[in-house]
Amino acid sequence: MPHINLPNEFPGIRSLFMFRPETAAPLNALVQTLLHNPHPTLSAGERELIATYVSRLNTCKYCCNIHGAIAQHQLGNKPEIVQQVLVNPETAPISSKLKALLKIAAKVQSGGKNVTEGDVALARAEGATDIEIHDTVLIAAAFCMYNRYVDGLATWQPDDINLYDKMGEQRAREGYLTPPFKVVGSAQ
Amino acid sequence: MAHIKLLNEELPGIVGLLNYRPETAKPLLDLAETLLRGDSTLSSGEREIIAASVSYWNGCHFCHTSHAAAAAAHLKSGIGLIDDIKAGLPTTPVSDKLRALLHIAHQVQRNGKNVTDEDIATARSEGATDIEIHDTVLIAAAFCMYNRYVDGLGTWAPGPNEAYTEMGERMAHVGYGKF
Repeated sequence: MPHINLPNEFPGIRSLFMFRPETAAPLNALVQTLLHNPHPTLSAGERELIATYVSRLNTCKYCCNIHGAIAQHQLGNKPEIVQQVLVNPETAPISSKLKALLKIAAKVQSGGKNVTEGDVALARAEGATDIEIHDTVLIAAAFCMYNRYVDGLATWQPDDINLYDKMGEQRAREGYLTPPFKVVGSAQ
Repeated sequence: MAHIKLLNEELPGIVGLLNYRPETAKPLLDLAETLLRGDSTLSSGEREIIAASVSYWNGCHFCHTSHAAAAAAHLKSGIGLIDDIKAGLPTTPVSDKLRALLHIAHQVQRNGKNVTDEDIATARSEGATDIEIHDTVLIAAAFCMYNRYVDGLGTWAPGPNEAYTEMGERMAHVGYGKF
């Protein structure tokens, strides 16, 4: 049961957005900018993979499942890309540049100071730009926030993988700013 | 030197990053303004103490010192508050409710799942409301972001506490994104 009295027809962060619209607005604007709006070089799918991976490292079930589902829809609906990134980014079917960026993201997750010049040099050697490095650090940092927010208030985090697929399809298509659908039968 | 080439390398901490990427600066500043200066039953001084404490636990010198200076500006306590926050507020008079909320913030700083029903019950017994508990968790979570952003890109920060006095006054009384 959530630690505070949240609307029970929305899971995860969406219940928190309904509870506190004042903070929902900048939180939603941030994720829209980081993950969905056009980016000079990183695709939405690549950015969603960073968010998914960091959410897994933080063990946030809701965020990992929903961003994994969005990533899957952004990446041609091939589930093996997300699955393999979660198992081991080094052997996943993604670019060497994205592997280097995921390494930086993992360092950020464990503590900002853990990012070394060597980590950054490796990403650059694989072709990463300053904006890509900046955005990778900020996406990883932002999910250290979203994950703690969702888990810290003990929000409802469904197990039904088909539900995440349906929500993920909506977000991949529409972005983050449209209203969520109510989840029926969400007795807690 | 920062890990990336900033547009103005004289700007410290998050300031240089906000200047580098205005697209993400806007929601980051709006969030700080709402959390720390928006309408709340917690005073801005109390909320800045939560932000500064989390930043200290995360080892982020720039965020800890600047937000502690902002708390000092709100509370008119003098900048001794900066070091008192590091020590767990032994000499600053704070309510038992704020101490219970700081404990929740510390749990969030480690991982969201560390917050227990008992932590929440203790805060409630000291009079904390749902919105105060919500805002505490979100402030703590948000500073786990800001701190990682500032440190993860290797930004520079002024050393001594005194260098943050004026910045703290501006953060407290002018606000975020209105420099």
